[in-house]
Amino acid sequence: MVDNIFITDERIEGDEVADADGPLAGRTVAVKDNISTKGVATTCGSAMLEEYVPPYDATVISRLKEAGATIVGKANMDEFGMGSTTETSAFGPTDNPAAPGHVPGGSSGGSAAAVAAGEADLALGSDTGGSIRCPAAFCGVVGIKPTYGLVSRYGLVAYGNSLEQIGPFGETVEDAAALLDVIAGPDERDATTREAAPEGERYADAATGDVDGLTIGVPTELLEGADEDVVDTFWDAIADLEDQGAEYHEVSLPSVEHAVEAYYVIAMSEASSNLARFDGVRYGPEAETEGDVDTGGNWNETFSQVRKDGFGDEVKRRILLGTYALSAGYHDKYYKKAQDARAWVKQDFDEALSEADVLASPTMPVTPFEQGESLDDPLQMYLADANTVPVNLADLPAISVPAGESDADGLPVGLQLVGPAFGEERLIRAASALE
Amino acid sequence: MSDDAVNPEAVRHVAELARVDLDDEEVEAFTGQFADILEYFETLDEVPEVEREAALTNVMRPDEERDSLDREEALRNAPETEDGFFKGPNVS
Repeated sequence: MVDNIFITDERIEGDEVADADGPLAGRTVAVKDNISTKGVATTCGSAMLEEYVPPYDATVISRLKEAGATIVGKANMDEFGMGSTTETSAFGPTDNPAAPGHVPGGSSGGSAAAVAAGEADLALGSDTGGSIRCPAAFCGVVGIKPTYGLVSRYGLVAYGNSLEQIGPFGETVEDAAALLDVIAGPDERDATTREAAPEGERYADAATGDVDGLTIGVPTELLEGADEDVVDTFWDAIADLEDQGAEYHEVSLPSVEHAVEAYYVIAMSEASSNLARFDGVRYGPEAETEGDVDTGGNWNETFSQVRKDGFGDEVKRRILLGTYALSAGYHDKYYKKAQDARAWVKQDFDEALSEADVLASPTMPVTPFEQGESLDDPLQMYLADANTVPVNLADLPAISVPAGESDADGLPVGLQLVGPAFGEERLIRAASALE
Repeated sequence: MSDDAVNPEAVRHVAELARVDLDDEEVEAFTGQFADILEYFETLDEVPEVEREAALTNVMRPDEERDSLDREEALRNAPETEDGFFKGPNVS
């Protein structure tokens, strides 16, 4: 495949009945490889699940089929969603179609690259701490992280389940919104889903580009850590919105200074629990033991060996740090404080959104890294998520829309808009004004 | 692993708790990385105690029998099965 966009290159046709007149009839969709597809391998970018074939469809896949969409492949991703570059995939990195030689972002890098390269009209990704918005920004496409509870997670292989949502990518805001229309809505198989109360009938109808009278809050903390060229491109986009009748003011979100550490403590803790299921018994590779497991094997040793072989470095790192953060004597110091920080972040966003319709920042503080540039220092990678993780901690919706190119290196820059819970229409309307 | 002394033994201990076998090179690399990351996590000490309002609602459904995966489907991905069961190593 071109640029290693897909892990599994297999077409899944939509329902025949819906083919002709479904809302996504004739549209092709790339699906991130952590979303279960019945009968088609779902690897999560991991050697642990290289052979895993789900016996059921995720709810979002059933809805795609009913809408008449054609799935064109399972897209590459950072292993289990853990990374911002798609380089931690056990199946090799994906190139960035909008910036060859650079990473496509992550963890949903294959999904964003598929849309950017024209391999699919639309794509599904998942966003635990920025995994839709980061690759959207790096590949110059649109990505939406829905409000927690808008889209069913049934069939999404869990990483940080209190933080993550499945969401759409498109070349335009209207395209991404049309895919959101298909996947959003309550599901009895995910008790955290809720009925949204949209103003209109379809999210796609909100892509009117009308920002007259829109008030935009710009959190100063989210500009401080960003590169100068990224900030310049960001302000050009805000000026564009001002020209169309929007107003902006600066706001302060003091809590976001602690968002990255709070996010990683919570995400790693949840990961250590969620990934405990990968033991090589119900699925996963067979343990390479000497002799028959009946006589020679010990559960803990076999389990530890399967996980040594099946998981990559970043996954091991997060499982271990999460295990540590939840262990006796450290729970209050890390996990409880992280939950305090999460509540504080929510309060800050609520306050800022009581005086602004949307909040705007650069999606990523940098332009795409060069391939291989960033794997050595995990902490530096985590810090690059500074602008995206606060949104997941606050359970809010956000969109990343192309803001233009950096004056310094000519690479794509994304603008992130954050709205109130279930305020997706507002984000779609505002973001479409930048197209 | 205490706050100021992340050492190889501590990394091995956590790896054992997490059931992830590590080789010596991994232990060495993780020891340095964990020291940096945990030092960064220390800044959570500056977070004030926040009153958390839990606006949670229980979501219930009737407890009714319904179709589920059949046994063959459920076992299809297992490396080893016997008589319609998953087969694992000895638990001892």
